[in-house]
Amino acid sequence: MLMLAAGGEPNPLIPNLGEVIIGLVAFAVLGYALMKLAFPAFERAYAARTEAIEGGLRRAEETQAEARRVLEEYTRQMAEARTEAATIRDDARADAERITEAMRQHAQEESARIVARGEEQLAGQRQYLVAELRREIGQLSVDLAERIVGDSLSGTVARRKTVDRFLAELDDVSGVGPRANA
Amino acid sequence: MIANVLASAGPGFQAPGVDEFYPTPLGEFSLLGIQFAITRITLISWVAVALVIGFFVLAARRPQLVPGRLQFAGESAYGLIRNSVAREVLGHQGLRYAPYLASLFFFILANNIMGIIPFAQVSPNAKFALPALLAGLTYIMFNYIGIRQHGLVPYLRANLFPPGVPWPMYLLVTPIEFASTFIFRPVTLAVRLFANMFAGHLLLAVFALGTVYLLSVPNFSKIFSLASFAMAIVMTFFELLIEVLQAYVFTVLTAVYLEGAMSEH
Repeated sequence: MLMLAAGGEPNPLIPNLGEVIIGLVAFAVLGYALMKLAFPAFERAYAARTEAIEGGLRRAEETQAEARRVLEEYTRQMAEARTEAATIRDDARADAERITEAMRQHAQEESARIVARGEEQLAGQRQYLVAELRREIGQLSVDLAERIVGDSLSGTVARRKTVDRFLAELDDVSGVGPRANA
Repeated sequence: MIANVLASAGPGFQAPGVDEFYPTPLGEFSLLGIQFAITRITLISWVAVALVIGFFVLAARRPQLVPGRLQFAGESAYGLIRNSVAREVLGHQGLRYAPYLASLFFFILANNIMGIIPFAQVSPNAKFALPALLAGLTYIMFNYIGIRQHGLVPYLRANLFPPGVPWPMYLLVTPIEFASTFIFRPVTLAVRLFANMFAGHLLLAVFALGTVYLLSVPNFSKIFSLASFAMAIVMTFFELLIEVLQAYVFTVLTAVYLEGAMSEH
């Protein structure tokens, strides 16, 4: 092409300065118009759209978080209630055991007391019977001796002392206080 | 110009040449010693710019959260460069450059597409002035950003003395690096776009004028004008592909150069 242009024709690879300037003006006008009037508006539209989408996503996330929070709250409350019920049940069981134990103990004490009183009474009665028996034996012995020895012996002081001694000996043998005198 | 070719069609086919790109000026003036010529190619460029501005400003008027059809089209068009070029190549900081890259892409695209729009049918980018201007802007931009970010000396050192090279190799590497970064980058950027549009226009013109010429042939060769016409149609679609692709390539390369200037240590 260059070779062809070498004759009288102009060289197409040599730019005309006037054309360059006119082109510069045209490009500047286009660039200015687009960069002022068109592209910033597009950028704003992109940004608004991104914002709208991200805002929607954010709202959805917030709702989800709220739901999760409520669920956690509910679960926590459920667990608390369950724990509380278990505690109450345990307490009741412990109470029942305590009451049973106390009643058992009380009954044991009562029975022990009744047994002790019975034994006491038995001992008293035994003692009384022993004293009574001893007195009667003494009387019977005297009567027996009177009958054996005869009337001569009765009424004298010596005889009475003999009986007393005999009784005292009897007391010493049984270990019981001198009740026979009364 | 086509009329000229038609008038001279009789003696033989006259292939379209460089003068295709130098139409008669509609108006001329001189300012500060610089010659300005308003041609139909200049007007085509202005129409392209007006269409792009009109589309985007209408699309961006009262933007809604749920976009209407026009707003959606505008957002998608801007988003294409913003997301798959600016953010993809430059990372997160690339969003700062997205408006420039998008302006660049749609300026080039609209001017390129003019190459197949009926009644325009020549891309303003087929004149070297426009690609040279845009490549120059890219060149200034990436060097400025590199120097601002790293300082002049570290920037040059990183570009001219790549680390990890044994020092005698710098005799070879440094001139190559210098040429590739500071000369070939802007030149290839400009020439790639220009040459594609220039050649594309000539290709279409050859088949279009060929169709007309073959029709005017007095014998049965007339039927070959159908083949030429079919080629013109096919080439038009092919050109559409090239035009979109070249706009994209220019924008991506600009982003890559910016990224290179920013990331160098």
